Amino acid sequence: MTETSMPARQTARIPAGRRAIAFLQKYGILIIIAILMAGLSFLSDSFLTPRNLLNILNQSAPLAIIASALTLVIIGGGFDLSAGAIFGVASVSAAWIAVNIDPNLGLVVGPLVGLVLGVVNGLIITGFNVHSFLATLASSMVFRGIAILITGGALIPVRMPEFAWLGRGKIGMVNVAVIVFLVFAFAMMFLLNRTTFGRRVFAVGGNEEAAILSGVRTNLVKIATFGLTGFAAGLAGVIAVSRISMGQPQAGVGMELDAIAAVILGGTSIYGGKGAVWRSIAGVLLLALIGNGFNILNVNPFFKDLTTGLIIVVAVALSAGRKRR
Amino acid sequence: MSEEAVRLAGIEKSFGSAKILNDISLTFMTGEVHALIGENGAGKSSLGKIVGGYYSFDAGTLTVFGKPVGQWTPRAALTSGIAMIHQELQLVPELTVAQNVFLGMEANRAGVLSGGEHERFRALDQRCGFGLDPGRIVADLRIAERQKVEILRAIARDARVIIMDEPTSSLTADEAERLHHVIRWLRDDGRTVIYVTHFLDHVLATADRVTIMRDGRIVRTGGIAGETKESLIEAMLGEPADVAFPPLPPPPPIETKPLLEVIGLSSDTGLSDISIDVRPGEIVGLIGLVGSGRSELARAIFGADPSRGTVRIAGADYANRTPRNSVAHGLAFVPEDRRKQGLDLVQAVRPNMSLPHLGLVSRLGVLRPGEERRRTAEMIRHFNIVPGQIDGEVAYYSGGNQQKVLLSKWVYGAPKVVILDEPSRGVDIGARRRIHDFVVELARGGAAVILISSELEEVISLSHRGYLMREGRIIECVDCRTLGVEDALFRLFNVQRGAEAGPRTEVRS
Repeated sequence: MTETSMPARQTARIPAGRRAIAFLQKYGILIIIAILMAGLSFLSDSFLTPRNLLNILNQSAPLAIIASALTLVIIGGGFDLSAGAIFGVASVSAAWIAVNIDPNLGLVVGPLVGLVLGVVNGLIITGFNVHSFLATLASSMVFRGIAILITGGALIPVRMPEFAWLGRGKIGMVNVAVIVFLVFAFAMMFLLNRTTFGRRVFAVGGNEEAAILSGVRTNLVKIATFGLTGFAAGLAGVIAVSRISMGQPQAGVGMELDAIAAVILGGTSIYGGKGAVWRSIAGVLLLALIGNGFNILNVNPFFKDLTTGLIIVVAVALSAGRKRR
Repeated sequence: MSEEAVRLAGIEKSFGSAKILNDISLTFMTGEVHALIGENGAGKSSLGKIVGGYYSFDAGTLTVFGKPVGQWTPRAALTSGIAMIHQELQLVPELTVAQNVFLGMEANRAGVLSGGEHERFRALDQRCGFGLDPGRIVADLRIAERQKVEILRAIARDARVIIMDEPTSSLTADEAERLHHVIRWLRDDGRTVIYVTHFLDHVLATADRVTIMRDGRIVRTGGIAGETKESLIEAMLGEPADVAFPPLPPPPPIETKPLLEVIGLSSDTGLSDISIDVRPGEIVGLIGLVGSGRSELARAIFGADPSRGTVRIAGADYANRTPRNSVAHGLAFVPEDRRKQGLDLVQAVRPNMSLPHLGLVSRLGVLRPGEERRRTAEMIRHFNIVPGQIDGEVAYYSGGNQQKVLLSKWVYGAPKVVILDEPSRGVDIGARRRIHDFVVELARGGAAVILISSELEEVISLSHRGYLMREGRIIECVDCRTLGVEDALFRLFNVQRGAEAGPRTEVRS
């Protein structure tokens, strides 16, 4: 044998290069957003204006609220397919109460209805030991049915200024909905990163058995994450119904999938135990930017879904590469 | 005449900034059992994984049967005749033995299974003499049998080099001896066995040559003749070391009230009418063979499994037993499987350690990161955990250091009663010694300690008293200071031989 045969594989010896790749994978979502924003501001003068940017935030607020809370469910090793249906129930409950009792009470009750339905999800999952995917798939049908029962299948128009402030109001330049979203997102970040509850969420998703043996009441933790997501879906629902002044039982159809897409796009692991709220918000913004770009540039909207799908595939592939050694 | 099977020249490997293999040059011959030994973190497992194609390497050449390799993956390795048998076996539990053995190489006609698996299997099994039933579901097999399935799988693929990573770490002494027969048979059949292990007795009994590693380098390679346990340990540690156990503190006076009392405990996991007690400052061993109910007893006391009967802590009844209440009552339970039950490998060191005692590092549910970091750093120093990063990724730590993180997790809260299930399984000599010291420290600090170990010498040498267990019952309470290993074995087996006359009662099918 020759001692001087070529090395079988000579990967880069420079740790700096590897670190750069790791950095790219970790913050890839932010880099994609930055590139997209740079590109759009280059292509259109109307993109990089406070008005347009606030508009994007305002339109994304309901989805971003759901995605923020859903991040906790997914980090905890769960999955929630009922967020869209809860959104619908909360919308019509809020509208019904606004019309029949009091508009502000409607805005308060919507998120609480969401909280109750989310807790019901959690109880089904932990009580019957059903996988959350199945449990929420089934419960989403039940919830959607409830939404239709509340309205009797009709729409509930709500023409009251006391009801519209949440969805349409502004404080100075900034929409009320954006402020609600920011407050909620910061609350979720705080909960996840700074509290003992957040630690337990990570532990339940990372290794449930170890968490149980460490004295974590994993069922309570799961119920709480589903309750929070239900609350978030309800909050998002009342923002939307207040904005359009119309309670529709079909509101929020497919929204749960957008929220899941945003969470995954951001880089939170679907296997649980790993992720961050800011990532999901970045995921929502990326989806919104793509939509906004198509509007501004007047491109055939047929390409929108195609582009979105491709970007999700690329982002997920990138984060999968992060796990490989 | 034997020839070269695998040759490594100048192999290097780093994970991030940590260099774990440095200039490794080594040759494995055909028809030899070649042991790779070293402390955890010495790089022996990584070296095995490089040969098996599971890790890439950064520099150097790997030559397999005379051919330098290019793209090196587990699949490429298998095609070249190299198979790796992992610490965590990689079988499909729901499939049968035969289906597992021929997985991916099923007899087929254009993709349609053509059957005949059982006949093929019998031919193969006869050659090896394992006597496995091809139709059994793998999930129902014991670990030792599963290993045989893995070995058959390797042979079915005509593997000429078989790498075994810690194959005996979860086997009983008897099963390990049977595995060694198989290893010798593989060698006599002209194959190469690369045997990565911690068990020096096994190395001395089975290997033809041994390579000793330390800190990612080879200390020496040579024939097994002339090596002794002491000479191997010295080479591994780089300094003369003793294999002895640390001295125990004196047992508490007889009139001391027990800290933990268990009275008439029974459970669906197979415990019947267990009564034991442990006094503060006392180490009590649960001595029994695998399956005697040792771990089940530990889990029942801690509340991990439901049980009937009385448990008292410091004289007070502890009725509503759940892991959470146990933590609140000052109980700690270090489970036997650190990767599945002990640690959350997705998380870093700091959240792993604080998980059972988040109350200590928080105020009104809000974490105090400063306090948490301080406590974590203290534990890392106390156990000399390497690498010593507070937010180190525990998934990439060696077995010994993972175990130290797991122990830290439980002493964090200064527990009164500590149950240790196999605390030194699969760790290297250095960590093992540190863990033994830790057990003694606990007792000296006044804790009541329950120790479980499959290694009789370990549990007897480290305990004041012991309970002999068999089939979910306590047979006898013994004084460990006067109990010999052979004596204990005789008592455990003697009773069992008697019981084997009738049909064995399986608690769970």
